[in-house]
Amino acid sequence: MGAGHAHKLYRHGHSPVHDLPPHCKLAAVFCFVVVVVSTPREAVWAFGLYALLIAGVTALARIPAGFLLGRLLIEVPFVAFALLMPFVVPGEQTHVLGLSVSVPGLWGAWNVLAKGTLGVAASVLLASTTELRELLLGLQRLKLPPLLVQIASFMIRYGDVITDEMRRMSIARRSRGFEASGIRHWGVLAKSAGALFIRSYERGERVHLAMVSRGYRGSMPVIDEVTASRTQWAYASALPLLALAVCLVGWTL
Amino acid sequence: MSPDPAPVPPSLEVSGLAYAYPDGHQALFGVDLTVERGERVALLGPNGAGKTTLVLHLNGILEAGAGSVRVAGLPVDKRNMAEIRRRVGIVFQDPDDQLFMPTVREDVAFGPAAGGLRGAELEERVMEALGQVGMEEYAGRPPHHLSFGQRRRVAVATVLAMRPDILVLDEPSSNLDPASRRELADILRSLDVTVLMVTHDLPYALELCGRAVILSDGVIAADDRTQDLLCDEPLMRAHRLELPFGFDPRSVTVNSG
Repeated sequence: MGAGHAHKLYRHGHSPVHDLPPHCKLAAVFCFVVVVVSTPREAVWAFGLYALLIAGVTALARIPAGFLLGRLLIEVPFVAFALLMPFVVPGEQTHVLGLSVSVPGLWGAWNVLAKGTLGVAASVLLASTTELRELLLGLQRLKLPPLLVQIASFMIRYGDVITDEMRRMSIARRSRGFEASGIRHWGVLAKSAGALFIRSYERGERVHLAMVSRGYRGSMPVIDEVTASRTQWAYASALPLLALAVCLVGWTL
Repeated sequence: MSPDPAPVPPSLEVSGLAYAYPDGHQALFGVDLTVERGERVALLGPNGAGKTTLVLHLNGILEAGAGSVRVAGLPVDKRNMAEIRRRVGIVFQDPDDQLFMPTVREDVAFGPAAGGLRGAELEERVMEALGQVGMEEYAGRPPHHLSFGQRRRVAVATVLAMRPDILVLDEPSSNLDPASRRELADILRSLDVTVLMVTHDLPYALELCGRAVILSDGVIAADDRTQDLLCDEPLMRAHRLELPFGFDPRSVTVNSG
């Protein structure tokens, strides 16, 4: 299944983590993130333990550390924001490396950085061990509103088609001597975007027509049933349960 | 009592069909068309003749203003819409509109699954339909990774999987290179199903369909053997139909089916 479905986020492989049913993984990641976020930020050691847990899962999934760290770069804009906090948050001041920074700001930055990084790492792990298609099946299984799942699945299917259309429009513009070089050309780009929107909208109508012609009556028929055994749920819950234990200790100390 | 020798109802029976769009533009003015079981019929006509409007009546997307449509004996109306949509398989012109699921397999399964088929039976139906168009080994692929010709073939499979009584093809040969065009023709010939083919590609109509009808200004203007129609120059000119340069329908021997 899905051979050739090479999406950039997914890393093909066979491991205990890859083999878990998608909805178990989704639930596990969600619970893990909730637990991490609700940990008191003063329990610095707890975040170290969480990182160890993530590292353990990464090893189990046979995902190279470099791959995971590379994907973590998506977090950079948030890091920039976190780094600003010690300078802009008012409060008691302290000196670090000769700079005057605020203590609540430092704690805030640490909070955002630690929790954000762990959350992103868990999501990256999920994305690199689960195919997009499977994720959708998992979401469907977890009873996410069917309309949302359908919208997501159409985004995946038609993303490439629309990008391609955009590329062709850009080629057509350039073939007629247009080169976007400044603010004066934004009007042209805006009109292209509008045209693209209308084209996509009309495509949507045609797709709907094709769906109705094949018996669509408002809900997607179930084609693949994803099921999980009790053991698989137990495996998947190991991560959030361990994290929960750490979190509880963090609160009691 | 006149005994009826044909117990099998025609695959398609359109009588007196008229339709005006909500904006008042009338597209069809009383269309009569009967397609017998197993026939392959080409629906020819200039742009704007009402071909697409007619096609959208066949599975009840548009509701007849006057007249009626029956598919294998069953009238097209609200009560039996699900069955009508199973019986009429429309292959739209752009396969990207037709193939909307993440993988080929799921797309072919969509129709039968909407009809309630599940599990092994569903799987069997999917592989059978893909087999009919020679695309079994692409089942796990996403549709946008296929060539245009392959996508068109999968689009045909998506409706074959519903075991339709009549296959309606909208411009089946458009955008195909000559090899894919021939492959599709071979597939269509090998199918044991009634075909109504909307097309501007006159040689293709001649190659595949023994009979052709011309829809012009919202009525059926001619209904005859395809070869006879194409050879009738005044008729062709009157309906803005033109043969490709250098093509002489008289020079072709058709084994009319």
